[in-house]
Amino acid sequence: MKNLIVHAKRLLTAVLFAPALVFAAAAGVPLDKAPLSTDFERLKRGATTFVAECLACHSASFMRYNKLTEIGFTEDEIKEKLLPPDKKVGDLMTIAMRPQDAKKWFGGVAPPDLTLVTRQRNSEFGSGADWVYTYLRSFYRDPSRPNGWNNVVFPGAGMPHVFWELQGEQTAKITQHPDGAQSIELVLAKPGTMSAQEYDKMVADLVSFMQWMGEPIAEKRKSIGIWVMLYLAVFFALAYALKKAYWKDVH
Amino acid sequence: MSKDQTLDDNRRQLLIATSVVGGAGVVAAAAPFVASLTPSDRAKAAGAPAEADVSKLAPGEMMTVEWRGQPVWILRRNEAMLATLEEVEPLLADPNSEKSIQPPYAKNRHRSIKPEYLVVVGICTHLGCSPTPKFAKGDASGISKDWLGGYLCPCHGSQFDLAARVFKSQPAPTNLTVPPHQYLTDTKILIGEDKA
Amino acid sequence: MTAKKGLLHWIDERFPLTSTIREHLTEYYAPKNFNFWYYFGSLALLVLVIQIVTGIFLVMHYKPDASLNASGIPVAFASVEYIMREVSGGWFIRYMHSTGASAFFIVVYLHMFRGLLYGSYRKPRELVWIFGVLIFLALMAEAFMGYLLPWGQMSYWGAQVIINLFSAIPVIGPDLSTVIRGDFVVSDATLNRFFSLHVIAVPLVLLLLVAAHIIALHEVGSNNPDGIEIKKKKDANGRPLDGIPFHPYYTVKDIVGVAGFLIVFFAVLFFMPEGGGYFLEYNNFIPADPMVTPPHIAPVWYFTPFYSILRAVTYPLFGIDAKFWGVVAMGAAVIIIAFLPWLDRSPVKSIRYKGPIYKTALTIFVISFFILGYLGVLPPTPGRTLVSQICSVLYFAFFLLMPWYSKIDPCKPEPERVTWK
Repeated sequence: MKNLIVHAKRLLTAVLFAPALVFAAAAGVPLDKAPLSTDFERLKRGATTFVAECLACHSASFMRYNKLTEIGFTEDEIKEKLLPPDKKVGDLMTIAMRPQDAKKWFGGVAPPDLTLVTRQRNSEFGSGADWVYTYLRSFYRDPSRPNGWNNVVFPGAGMPHVFWELQGEQTAKITQHPDGAQSIELVLAKPGTMSAQEYDKMVADLVSFMQWMGEPIAEKRKSIGIWVMLYLAVFFALAYALKKAYWKDVH
Repeated sequence: MSKDQTLDDNRRQLLIATSVVGGAGVVAAAAPFVASLTPSDRAKAAGAPAEADVSKLAPGEMMTVEWRGQPVWILRRNEAMLATLEEVEPLLADPNSEKSIQPPYAKNRHRSIKPEYLVVVGICTHLGCSPTPKFAKGDASGISKDWLGGYLCPCHGSQFDLAARVFKSQPAPTNLTVPPHQYLTDTKILIGEDKA
Repeated sequence: MTAKKGLLHWIDERFPLTSTIREHLTEYYAPKNFNFWYYFGSLALLVLVIQIVTGIFLVMHYKPDASLNASGIPVAFASVEYIMREVSGGWFIRYMHSTGASAFFIVVYLHMFRGLLYGSYRKPRELVWIFGVLIFLALMAEAFMGYLLPWGQMSYWGAQVIINLFSAIPVIGPDLSTVIRGDFVVSDATLNRFFSLHVIAVPLVLLLLVAAHIIALHEVGSNNPDGIEIKKKKDANGRPLDGIPFHPYYTVKDIVGVAGFLIVFFAVLFFMPEGGGYFLEYNNFIPADPMVTPPHIAPVWYFTPFYSILRAVTYPLFGIDAKFWGVVAMGAAVIIIAFLPWLDRSPVKSIRYKGPIYKTALTIFVISFFILGYLGVLPPTPGRTLVSQICSVLYFAFFLLMPWYSKIDPCKPEPERVTWK
C-alpha cells in the first residue's frame, strides 16, 4: 500500500509539477537523506531529547504537551518525564524567555519557534527533515565566530553546537576550487561520548519527532486518503454506468 | 422501451445505487465540518481541572475559581450559616437534591464533602446568569424580612439558600450544580476531577 | 401526490419555481456533442461551492490579527496553525480551502481554453464571455487577498510587492497604495481590510457575476465543439434537433466529471497537500516578518504568467518609468481577453474548421503562456528576461494580430448538424 502511495505521488508530481523537477536539478548544498521513522519508541526518544535540549531556548508554541499522547506517551509519563514544574499537561510548549529579550541576548535574532521547522525548510535540495538532519550533524569549530562554531548547511548560524559533548568536535577542511566554488569536508577532531552511528541515530530520532510535530495528522491523513480514493473509485464507476444508461438513447 | 417511460429498470437501479453511495459520501465529508464545531483541543485544555487553595478563606467568606471558563464558588460556611440549612428546607423546591446535578458525595443537606465548604458552579440553572451572594440576614439583604442568607439571581430573581438549593416557585428549575471535586490536602481543592 | 401538486401549484403562483427548473434544467436544450472540455464549467461551480462552505467554517476559527502573541508569533498565523492542529477536522477544511484555491484556477484556465478552442466568445455570446472575464478578474482579487490571511512570509511580501505596483501609477500612485494598505507598510490594517474583502465583498461580487454568466448563457444557449448554432434546426415542437435536455443528460454526465475531478482533488489533499510547494509555499510556514524578505519570492503559480509579463517590461516610455508600463502590460494582458469577440473575424467558430494559421497561433500562445508561467516562479536573469519579453510579445500578438490572421486563414466549411468526434 505504501508503495502505491509513493508511486501515485511520483506520478502526480511528474504530471502537475514538472517545472519543480527541473528546479531540483540545480546545484546546492547537498543534504543527507534523513532516515525518518514513525515508530512510537523512536518518536518518544526524539520527543524526550527535544524537550530536554531544544525547549531550553526554542519554543514549540503550537504544540500541547498532552498532544504527545498521540505518539504513545501516557499523561502520567508526560508529567513525570517531560513537564516543567510550572506547566500543566494541557499547556503549550512555550518558553519563559520573552521574544524581545531573546532578541537582545542572541544578537538580534530570537531562536525561532520550531513547531513547523521541517515544513519551513523544504526546498529543491531536499525535505525540511533532511535539512534539520544534516544541519545538526554539520557543526564545526570556527574560531572566527563569536560562539566558536559554524555550520556547513547554515553558515553563520546563531546557534552553537548544543550536542558537541555527544558528537565531539569537528573541524573543516575547506578546499577552494579553481572555478571559485569551495567544498567543505568535516573531520572529527575530538570524539564525543557517542560514536558517529549512535549520534546519527539520536539525531534521526529527534528529526523524526520534529517531522511528526510539523504535521501530527500526516500519517492519519494518508491512511484516510486511501479509503477516500477507494470510495471515489466506486462512485466514479457507478456514475459512469449511470451516465451510460441514460445516454444510450442519445447515441 | 417506450419513449414516455423515462426510467427503465437498469437506470432505476443505477440511480438508487449512485444516490446512496453519493449520499454516504456527502455525509462522510460533512463529518469533519460538524466536528469542527465541537470544543477544540485548546478549549479542552482550558477545561482541565482547576486547583483552589482555601487556606486563606475565613469562615463566612466566599471565593471564586475559574473552571471551564465558568465561575466556581467556594463558600466557607460558619456555624450560623450551616444552622440555616435545616430551617429553610420546607421552603425549598428540591431540598434533597433529587432532580439536581451533583456528584453522589455531595447529595446531602449541605451539598458538599465537608459541611463547612460548599463548592458549586455559580451559574443559574434557569438561563445561565451568575447569581449574586446575599449572605446578610433579614432586611439588610434587600430581599425580605425573613431571608436567612443565600443567593439571588439578578436576571430573573431566582433565590437559592446557602447550600445553593433553589426556593419553591422560582424560575430556576433545580439547585445549582456541584462540580466533581476532591481534596488534595486539607486546604487544597481540585475542581473538575473526582477521586478515581 | 395531489397534496404535492397542490403545494407546487401554490408556490408557482407566487414564485416561478417550475418554470425556472424548466428553463434552466429540464427544458434547457444543450448540444448533444459536448466533449471533455465541457466539464470545467460545472466543475468551476463545484469549486466555488467548496470554497464558500470551507471558508464559512474557517472564519469561525481564524483571527485577522497581526499582533504578536506571548511566543512572538502573529495571532493570524497562530490561528491558522490552531485550525490545523487543535480544531477537530480543521486540517481537512483548511487543506480543502488551500487546495481549492489552486483547483479553482486550474479549472478556470481550462474552461477559458475551451472558449478559445471552440469560439465560445463569438456572437451571440459576447456578454457570456465578458462576464466570464470579470469573474476571472474577481477571482484573481479574491485569491490575492486570501493569500495574505495566513500571514506567512510569502503572504506578507507577496502583498507588499503587488500593492507597491499601484504606486507606479503617475501622480496618484504612491497615495493610492497607501490607501490600499491603510498604512505605510503592509500591516494589521491591511490584514483586516483584506479579510473583510476576501470573505464578504468579493465573494458577493463573484456570486452575482456567476449568476449573470449563467443567465446570459442560458439566454443564448451553449456553444459546442462544432461551433454551430443548434437553434437553427428545430423539430415541429420547436426543440433543437441536436439538443438534449440538460437534465437528466448533462446532470448525470457532469456527475462523472465531478467524480473524476474529486479523485484528483482529494489525491492532492490527502497525499501532497503542499502541492510540491506550489499550493502551499514552504516560506509561508514562516510567520510574516516585516524585517526580513525571504531570499526568493514569487507569486503563487496561478499569477506567474501575468507576473512574468510585468517583469518583462524593462524600458521607460514617454518619460514614465518601466515599472508603470509593466503594470499596464500586466493589466492589459488580462483585459485584452475580454475583446476576443471583436478580434476574431474568422467565418467559423470552432478550431475544427479553422485553418492552420489559427491552430499555429493558438499553439504558440499556449506555449508562451506556459513559459511565462514557468519563468514567473524563477528569479530573473538577463536570459530569462529576454525569453519572457519574447513570450510577452507573442502573448499580445495572438490577440492583436487576430483581426488580420483570422480573416486570411483558409477555413473548412462548417457542417449543417453537429458531429461526434
